[in-house]
Amino acid sequence: MKETQTMETSKTDIAQTERICGSEAIIKCLIAEGVDILYGYPGGAIMPVYDELYKYRDEIHHVLTRHEQGAAHAAQGFARISGRVGVAMATSGPGATNLITGIADAQIDSTPIVCITGQVPSHLLGTDAFQETDIIGISTPVTKWNHQVTKASEIPEVLAKAFYIAKSGRPGPVLIDITKDAQFGELDFKYEKCTGVRSYIPTPKTNVESVNAAANLINAAKKPMIVWGQGVILGEAEAELKAVIEKTGIPSAWTIMGASAIPTSHPLNIGMVGMHGNYAPNKLTNECDVLIAIGMRFDDRVTGDLNTYAKQAKVIHFEIDPAEVNKNVHADVAVLGNSKDSLSQLLPLLNENTHIEWLQEFKDLYAIEFDKVIKSDLHPTKEGLTMGEVLKEINVQSKGDAAIVSDVGQHQMIACRYSEFNKTKSNITSGGLGTMGFALPAAIGAKMAAPEREVVAIIGDGGYQMNIQELGTIFQQKVPVKIVVLNNEFLGMVRQWQQLFFDKRYASTEMTNPDFVTIAKGYHIEGKRVVKREELADAIKEMIASKESYFLEVCVEKEDNVFPMIPSGASVSDIRLS
Amino acid sequence: MNEEIKSFTISIYTENNIGLLNRISAIFQRRHINIESLTTSQSEIEGVNRFVIVVNITESQAKKIIGQFQKQIEVIRAYYHTEEQTIYQESGMFKIKSDLLFDEPQIQNIIKESNARIVTVNKEFFVLEKSGRRNEIESLRRDLNIFGIMQFVRSGRIAVTKEEMKITEMLLAFNNQ
Repeated sequence: MKETQTMETSKTDIAQTERICGSEAIIKCLIAEGVDILYGYPGGAIMPVYDELYKYRDEIHHVLTRHEQGAAHAAQGFARISGRVGVAMATSGPGATNLITGIADAQIDSTPIVCITGQVPSHLLGTDAFQETDIIGISTPVTKWNHQVTKASEIPEVLAKAFYIAKSGRPGPVLIDITKDAQFGELDFKYEKCTGVRSYIPTPKTNVESVNAAANLINAAKKPMIVWGQGVILGEAEAELKAVIEKTGIPSAWTIMGASAIPTSHPLNIGMVGMHGNYAPNKLTNECDVLIAIGMRFDDRVTGDLNTYAKQAKVIHFEIDPAEVNKNVHADVAVLGNSKDSLSQLLPLLNENTHIEWLQEFKDLYAIEFDKVIKSDLHPTKEGLTMGEVLKEINVQSKGDAAIVSDVGQHQMIACRYSEFNKTKSNITSGGLGTMGFALPAAIGAKMAAPEREVVAIIGDGGYQMNIQELGTIFQQKVPVKIVVLNNEFLGMVRQWQQLFFDKRYASTEMTNPDFVTIAKGYHIEGKRVVKREELADAIKEMIASKESYFLEVCVEKEDNVFPMIPSGASVSDIRLS
Repeated sequence: MNEEIKSFTISIYTENNIGLLNRISAIFQRRHINIESLTTSQSEIEGVNRFVIVVNITESQAKKIIGQFQKQIEVIRAYYHTEEQTIYQESGMFKIKSDLLFDEPQIQNIIKESNARIVTVNKEFFVLEKSGRRNEIESLRRDLNIFGIMQFVRSGRIAVTKEEMKITEMLLAFNNQ
């Protein structure tokens, strides 16, 4: 992995020790790791650290979110757009448990975050003390690593390890729980960055024979297809992937988490795989002769029924995490290692090629999908607004340069399907966990990590209300994020399933919503509500032009469905267009 | 798909850290795998612990969970082995009324034939210890049960493998990096 934060820190490495308290040591560790922004919420057991944050407020900016879940998602958004480690902080008990959803999300989506929680003094551990919770026990299944610190002297080493583990190899969340007495206690402080843990091999070595075997299969393939995932983005292998694709002429699709690694407009980018992905790459997964999976994990939302998934194909799996190989899909060739390294080794072994006829098959199926689905999504003739046309207008107005932060549900699928990405790390969404409420706080983190970028949050009316309180954070911190709520007055995806699979029994999916524009205005966020097509373009133009945060509610057709769709448990071949 | 379910002995070498047992048992629990037995102790290497866990699963399940163990930061290495690939033992303890030693002369024969060891004897009770395979301990339990057992306890399986583990080499390689 590229250590983007290493260079900054060498000057802060302190050769001699100094006598300080644990809470100050925590701040010094964060600064040494290059942390300049963190998200959190104070409380009893973390107060000594907040006291130090006050003293160091010129060096490290603490963002007070309105809920700890918001802090965790903001840290995720920060990490996803920048590749840096996001940091969240909370007190013990409920503060810590409120982080859990964000931590679980970061675990399944391999996002590097470090969460620091306060804990009751060590002599009270296990006594059911006020705001005591076993956060180590609770967070164990959803963290890459976690550790409880009970002595001030442990702080530098443990935090160094936390940052190293979060960022290296397959990234993930780390939680460090620090008792209040460890925060108050003194230590001889000296910070050394962690460069290795003896029981942990972050990146397995790429085996030359496996790369050769992969190259031979690819060179001999008549109908090869690439499916890339987030591993390309995490490994910063976008250029290497592009070179492989262009040299070989292989049609290439992406998972939701891989979106934006290669520009949408690239002629060999054949779209998204999975449940609501594009028709062609799903269908032709079962026609290709070699399936080249790069940094993806064959999630069930990608594969559908495994017994009928790519059975005709030889599968090559480029993967950093050995536990992912043969987990869901048997790999005929597994190439372990970081995607940047393995693709660099692969490239010179590949023959220059084109697959014009094979690519044409994708184009033909795209034409069918365009006719049956895309046309009416993007160029609707009916009265009601579609989510697709909103995305299309955002593409036009932002010129494809915006980072799109989506929540979970129908609007998410539409956002991922129709966003036109020019830049990598532009699709920030909750993929694996499907966390409603993710987008608003994640957009805050993303915008703060990359202030030069246009950050547009696309959220449904359901998910918006799951973390709507973060409007307070946007207001207080003056974060110029653009918020688009696609309001269909339903929990749309669940309603779609109810329509298709539960005989239209709309159990608890209809929403009576408040006046969202008034709520935004309550936080002094400029807002507009669009109900008619002719108002849409101007409203989006105004939103994009705004230098401050902006709220746009678009009232869309209530009962539109997202297609194509692979019904849960069905084969990718059985993808439906209606 | 219909792979045979077999008994596998899983060996996990780990750092000696609090919380690791929780992390390891969660991997079984999440996949609904019942643990037949679990023991943990120091290994041949100072500061390195070894878990020996027996589970009844398919070989492909075994491969996948080994991947999950190895992925844990503080796991140094994990292996799975079939019964044929290991040398394994369990240990059972029996607490029995001392009167029976005199009233039931057969008991003395059972003790002798089973190679069980008398750990302690006092006026009220004596304690027998028997190490061996599960069936040997079970057989002894059945024989003694006729006369009455005050307490019985059997340990989890401990096992060493026929093949080399090379953990020391692995740790040395890290130190020499």
